[in-house]
Amino acid sequence: MIKIERLVKWFDGQQVLHEVDLEVATGSITVIIGRSGGGKTVLLRHLIGLLRPDGGRVLVDGVEVSRLRRRALDEVRKRYGVVFQGGALFDSMTCADNVAFPLREKLHLPGTEVAKRVEAGLAQVGLEGMGAKYPAEVSGGMRKRVAIARALITEPQIVFFDEPTTGLDPILVNTIHHLILNLHRKLHFTAVMVSHEIPEIFEIADTVAMLHEGRIAEVGPPAVIQASTNPVVRRFIRGEPEGAEGT
Amino acid sequence: MTARPLPLPLRLLDAIGRWAIAVVEALGRFGTFLAGALVVILTPPFKFWAFIDRINYIGFRSLLIILLTGGFTGMVLGLQVYLTLVRFGSEAFLGPAVALSLIRELGPVLAALMVTGRAGSALTAEIGIMRITEQIDALTVMALNPVRYIVAPSLLAGLVTFPAMTAIFDTVGIFGGYLVGVELLGLSQGTYFGEMQTFVDMSDIMTGFWKSVSFGVIVTWVCTYKGFNVGHGAEGVAKATTDAVVLSSVLILVWDYFMGSVLP
Repeated sequence: MIKIERLVKWFDGQQVLHEVDLEVATGSITVIIGRSGGGKTVLLRHLIGLLRPDGGRVLVDGVEVSRLRRRALDEVRKRYGVVFQGGALFDSMTCADNVAFPLREKLHLPGTEVAKRVEAGLAQVGLEGMGAKYPAEVSGGMRKRVAIARALITEPQIVFFDEPTTGLDPILVNTIHHLILNLHRKLHFTAVMVSHEIPEIFEIADTVAMLHEGRIAEVGPPAVIQASTNPVVRRFIRGEPEGAEGT
Repeated sequence: MTARPLPLPLRLLDAIGRWAIAVVEALGRFGTFLAGALVVILTPPFKFWAFIDRINYIGFRSLLIILLTGGFTGMVLGLQVYLTLVRFGSEAFLGPAVALSLIRELGPVLAALMVTGRAGSALTAEIGIMRITEQIDALTVMALNPVRYIVAPSLLAGLVTFPAMTAIFDTVGIFGGYLVGVELLGLSQGTYFGEMQTFVDMSDIMTGFWKSVSFGVIVTWVCTYKGFNVGHGAEGVAKATTDAVVLSSVLILVWDYFMGSVLP
């Protein structure tokens, strides 16, 4: 279980997170929604240890990761897979080498085993035969799928997705969401996803947390969020512009 | 309640103090970055292929510019030094004058400046783009130390390629001087090379060697640091690249003076 307790973060005199509390159940898909600039990515970067909080703490299975030194944090990170917003693929490597990289560098597997797993990993995300291409030679949707394949290749227990469908067309958004859902069913990882794909994420999430101006506005199953009477949540899921009254 | 504003002299003192603290902090980060890279260099696993790739990136790809600048520097030296020496009837010393100028001073400095302009800027831009596209973060969250994969191979390659580039620059420069002094201006080949062997000794070569080694560290240190700590977006990468080239060039000249006054 991931537990976030009273998390506070400041940047240049501006408070970005205001005592955020959130729990992510093991094996669930939790989606953090909210407007751009609301602190979603900052919150996610605390969970993966790329930012240190100014207050509060992050616990992963009881271990306070927000206070760990690098070596100890790396031990926790070995259980992580992360899909970054832009994919963060190494552009000097082919797609296959990108997927193979964690196997070679983290698990030190022999070449034949790496090749076998990479082939299976790419096939899992529907990219058979595309391994020889460089990230710059494939479409945005394919890059996202390669990034997902790379994040999952070491069979992590916890996978973080930072807006994995940003910039994709609606068909690709659904394709990626269903891919994540299918892989989750197969591999049973805990997923934390930052997204503002409404209403698509309600189909895949077990829990939805709405982050607004650095505060958790509401948390619950998709049905609860969709039926929320909180005006901030209602406005967001209906896509109403600032200042418009809900009907 | 608002605090009373400080009197002008104290405000000035406050501003100077803040500036001094910022400078010391920046120097501390800069030093810590190098120390971290050195620790990584000395501890396994070693990234041999990344090191070879960086030798190609910093050294081999700079070869053409080194050959061109080395050749023409030697030719200019040959011409100007000959025209000066001939006034004193000492043109026989053209060979040692060209060789000593290149080996002790011009070779290490100009080769370092050329490699900085060609490879240092590219190194900063490449690492900067890796930073803003989260590739460095991707390494970090894979529990892999990005310094081991990105910084350490470049630093090691700098140690190897800068002396090699300097040696090539010196050699080509000496033959550039030969072309002008012997082939165009009529000095005898035996005089050009014979006097060179008399006047150039091992300590001159070692002076140039140690300078080039230290420039290799300075340039790769500055350029990787600036790339690693890049600002936001394309503008951040552009600024980091400019800063890296300017700072490297200034440090090369300052350090050259320091080395020149310390080494025999």
